[in-house]
Amino acid sequence: MTAFLEISKVSMRFGASAPPVLEDVTLNIGAGDYVSVIGHSGCGKSTLLNIVAGLLKASVGGVLLEGTEVDEPGPDRAVVFQNHSLLPWLTCRENVRLAVDQVFRKSKTRAERATWVDENLALVRMLHAADKLPGEVSGGMKQRIGIARALAMQPKVLLLDEPFGALDALTRAHLQDQVMEIHARLKTTVMMITHDVDEAVLLSDRIVMMTNGPRAAIGEILTVDLPRPRDRLGMARDAGWLAARAKVMEFLYARHRNPAEAA
Amino acid sequence: MSMTLVRRDGAGSLFSRFVAPRIEPAAIAAWLGRTAVSIAPLAIMLIILGGIWQIATDRPGATLPSPMKIWTDSRELILHPFYIRGGLDRGLGWHLLASLQRVAFGFSLSAIAGIALGLLVGTSPLAMRGLDPIFQVLRTVPPLAWLPLSLAGFREAQPSAIFVIFITAIWPVIINTAVGVRNVPQDYRNVAAVIRLRGFGYFARILLPAAAPFIFTGLRIGIGLSWLAIVAAEMLIGGVGIGFFIWDAWNSSNISDIVVALIYVGLVGFALDRMVALAGRLITRGTSA
Repeated sequence: MTAFLEISKVSMRFGASAPPVLEDVTLNIGAGDYVSVIGHSGCGKSTLLNIVAGLLKASVGGVLLEGTEVDEPGPDRAVVFQNHSLLPWLTCRENVRLAVDQVFRKSKTRAERATWVDENLALVRMLHAADKLPGEVSGGMKQRIGIARALAMQPKVLLLDEPFGALDALTRAHLQDQVMEIHARLKTTVMMITHDVDEAVLLSDRIVMMTNGPRAAIGEILTVDLPRPRDRLGMARDAGWLAARAKVMEFLYARHRNPAEAA
Repeated sequence: MSMTLVRRDGAGSLFSRFVAPRIEPAAIAAWLGRTAVSIAPLAIMLIILGGIWQIATDRPGATLPSPMKIWTDSRELILHPFYIRGGLDRGLGWHLLASLQRVAFGFSLSAIAGIALGLLVGTSPLAMRGLDPIFQVLRTVPPLAWLPLSLAGFREAQPSAIFVIFITAIWPVIINTAVGVRNVPQDYRNVAAVIRLRGFGYFARILLPAAAPFIFTGLRIGIGLSWLAIVAAEMLIGGVGIGFFIWDAWNSSNISDIVVALIYVGLVGFALDRMVALAGRLITRGTSA
């Protein structure tokens, strides 16, 4: 498999005296792959995502996308933020529109951009509430708009930073299904940060398990070889699913327990 | 054609938009009930306070007028706010309008200059280091202390009063705008970075809207201070204006007129505050308090 997104020997240090948060992280992600990064809180997984996004600059090492180094943020690596990060003074549609207008200012006409905004809102089934302000819709809906905004940029890589972490279990399941469906349809390359084992197993082609920080590194990579489309209900009794789940659990709770909980 | 429209919109909805909705007696009763519950405490409080005031001052030799005496003394002032009897003898409405006009001028200038300076200080660390200490010192100067200097500079009452308003209202606008600009949440800056929104686009689409709630807080404080300053300034510069009216009433020992004028000053100040708050809510689409 050729590496589409290549994270090469990345270390991250905040302040000269502190130990590095991340040390020597190398990870290759193929085109169309859905890769989850899982680990206890404080293991630097969000830092890793921010480095790929270009929002943080790695102290050592770098990130290559299709062979070109990326060192600043850009719409080719669209981010869905954990706290949705919608602009509260714009309606849902205007939030998507702002990104679309900015990214396709030269390549699409005004009318094409307007259609494209609505297509993406339809993709996350949010057309009906498009003219509401973010403050007027639920948390799950806000996150769907965040996903629509990211997808509308037609990114090469979609970066999801614990996108469902702040949602209740039912809404989370619903959104996971939607993301699976969208991934199947668009074949987007996805890198998702999560701390939810079930979520990682259900959605991913590969699960990257991080050791605890500081000096967090990749502990193990598990390939989830389950057929797609995956169905939440069927999976619950599937032996392969249970085995994958057990492996991740074993890594997180037996071999690399959260230092905060172990103490 | 109209049939299809009606059918598509659902029964009757095409017309219901133009025909006044039928008012249910029960709904009116409910509305009256809610209104009564919300204003009854205020009404009772006003009656109690008025009663205490009446009892305390309704005796011979009282230095301040009772509410009843104010009504008999100043009835004309209360009932006819817009009479003109020549010269400075005119209704309270005219005095208030003259004061409001000065505040409108001075406050508009301070809003424009204050937001501009606040944006400058908020975005440029260099401007911050150069200007912020000056602002911090000047903002503590009481409004009226500016008046003599202002009169010396302009040599006319009207621009001097406007300048005092300007210099009083500008500091909270500058400081709040600068705070708002410096505190654009990291989330919004990340969004701007990912879509590569920079320069003027960033300023207009992210920075200004994100700072708007802070700017309106500054404007609200500013208009309140303006109204405080104008009354004092007008006492000194004379002419038409609510401040002068109060001073003139004091000189003619019309204490009842002063009480009436104070109530008007309070109500107008309250209305100004609410107007700026409302403008803030409309412009920031509810993100400003």
